[in-house]
Amino acid sequence: MADLIEVESLSKRFGAIVAVDDVSFSVARGVVMGFLGPNGAGKSTTMRVITGYLPPTSGTARVLGKDIQRSPVEVKRSIGFLPEGAPLYGDMTVMAFLEFIARIRDVHGVRRQQRIQYSIERMGLEQVLYQRIETLSKGFKRRVGFAQAILHDPDVLILDEPTDGLDPNQKHHVRELIRELGKNKAIIISTHILEEVDAVCDRAVIIDRGRVVMNGTPSELHAKSRRYNSVVVRVKADVAPKAAKLLRGLPHVTAVESSAPVNGSVPLVVVPRDGRFIADEVGIAVRQNGIEVDEMHTQVVHLDEVFRQLTVGQEKPLR
Amino acid sequence: MKNIVIIARRELAAYFATPLAYVFIVTFLAGAGAVTFFMGDFFGRRQADLQAFFSFHPWLFLVLIPAVGMRLWAEERKSGTIELLMTLPVTTTEAVAGKFVAAWLFTGIALVLTFPIWISVNYLGDPDNGVIVASYVGSFLMAGALLALASCLSALTRNQVIAFVIAAAASFLFLMSGLDLVLGLVRSWAPSYVIDMISSLSFLTHFLTIADGVLPLPAIVFFLSMIAVCLFINAQIVELKKAS
Ligand SMILES: Nc1ncnc2c1ncn2[C@@H]1O[C@H](COP(=O)(O)OP(=O)(O)OP(=O)(O)O)[C@@H](O)[C@H]1O
Ligand SMILES: [Mg+2]
Repeated sequence: MADLIEVESLSKRFGAIVAVDDVSFSVARGVVMGFLGPNGAGKSTTMRVITGYLPPTSGTARVLGKDIQRSPVEVKRSIGFLPEGAPLYGDMTVMAFLEFIARIRDVHGVRRQQRIQYSIERMGLEQVLYQRIETLSKGFKRRVGFAQAILHDPDVLILDEPTDGLDPNQKHHVRELIRELGKNKAIIISTHILEEVDAVCDRAVIIDRGRVVMNGTPSELHAKSRRYNSVVVRVKADVAPKAAKLLRGLPHVTAVESSAPVNGSVPLVVVPRDGRFIADEVGIAVRQNGIEVDEMHTQVVHLDEVFRQLTVGQEKPLR
Repeated sequence: MKNIVIIARRELAAYFATPLAYVFIVTFLAGAGAVTFFMGDFFGRRQADLQAFFSFHPWLFLVLIPAVGMRLWAEERKSGTIELLMTLPVTTTEAVAGKFVAAWLFTGIALVLTFPIWISVNYLGDPDNGVIVASYVGSFLMAGALLALASCLSALTRNQVIAFVIAAAASFLFLMSGLDLVLGLVRSWAPSYVIDMISSLSFLTHFLTIADGVLPLPAIVFFLSMIAVCLFINAQIVELKKAS
């Protein structure tokens, strides 16, 4: 399937600051791409260039095959954009604002009513329709920003931190909506919530200091973790050294990490070589050597950990 | 064109969504009324015309037009909505024009609301209504030129107060550039064609030729080209400043 969004060697400099550095990726129809990276990595800047707000310093992007610099208005027509922080015209009511967006996006006639109604329903805006936007709570503002982005049923959605500031119900709801819309659109969402990548994304691109450090599926991302497929074995404190020594000697194990005992038992994290599946091997070894095991399970890899592994470079940690 | 209308509608509604609109209109009407009937010695002159009313307009505009124009782009930048606006399928020119048209219409509404003064002079005497119509048109054109200037300058900053101050200062210079006060500063060193050029940019000189009675074409052309030039520069500034 053709790629609806193609970003090609895109760079954006602000004076001496290189915000985006030679970034390339593409997103096909039916794909939700998660865009990750630490603060200041260049996510919002990349989105601003794709949506035609900022001109690139070099490189380019195409949306539905159209170059963002050569046909900016056409590109903008096919994109729904939720900018960072969801800026909105505070002096308007929600309804007046959505009508303004529908007009300027050339959604007219019966379809205008239908699309406005659809956005209102999907974002649960019924009870705030005639309230001025500046008087809305943060989460509702975000929802109005989202409603605005999907109003014209665009082929491409670019959402900068869409679930930021939403309550857990709304987060869940918005993720479901993104999943649903993602079936026949190309969507990019930026987020700091890594479970969101597992929950909604088909692809993940991580950038750090303007450069792409990883581009793959969420499971490939998991596999990047050093602790991928690790097995946790809890044993009594007194047999822990013996068990650790035994497990370290197994052929497909690189390391065994132990931590402080909890209620007299020590969790040993058995890290495999090259992310191999080692649960069998570990199970057999402890049984054959008569080591009493309190608990054994495969370690769940948190994406946060992978994220840190990939992006904590030379940057100084916060104090 | 359609986009200009849609943006202008939104922008005009935004004016009336804040108290600023009403403060502006009341100030303008009160000021215009007071100056016409009291400061202009309306009753003493025993002459039914609106000369005092119109000659006061440039000075009212000096304060009020920057107040109307200051929010046009500064607010958009401050609240971040410029990112929303400039990623809608509109060109920068359409956005600049739409906002300007709204602000100009708004001042037009304020001007129209001075009609009781016009009715009063007709009731009290027998004024030359042709002169009055020409003066209204001239006043509206001058307001447009000052607004275009204010709009352009408001794109330079995200602070409305700064936008107001620089617009008021620039308006003052453009109004006065035909007077010796300003010309005196350059006369000593500048060649005469520079002085002629500066004085030909004077809003006041052009406005006074209109207020004399008929609508002279050069004045109309001057104000309209002033609007075009300011809005063109306005669009360039918006493009440049988006990035920072
Ligand atoms: N207008 C600007 N002028 C100068 N520098 C800028 C500008 N906009 C962004 N930057 C810089 O570009 C870099 C990338 O910023 P960007 O907002 O894209 O980061 P981000 O990945 O979205 O971060 P966050 O997770 O905090 O939202 C930062 O170093 C930022 O300071
Ligand atoms: Mg950001």
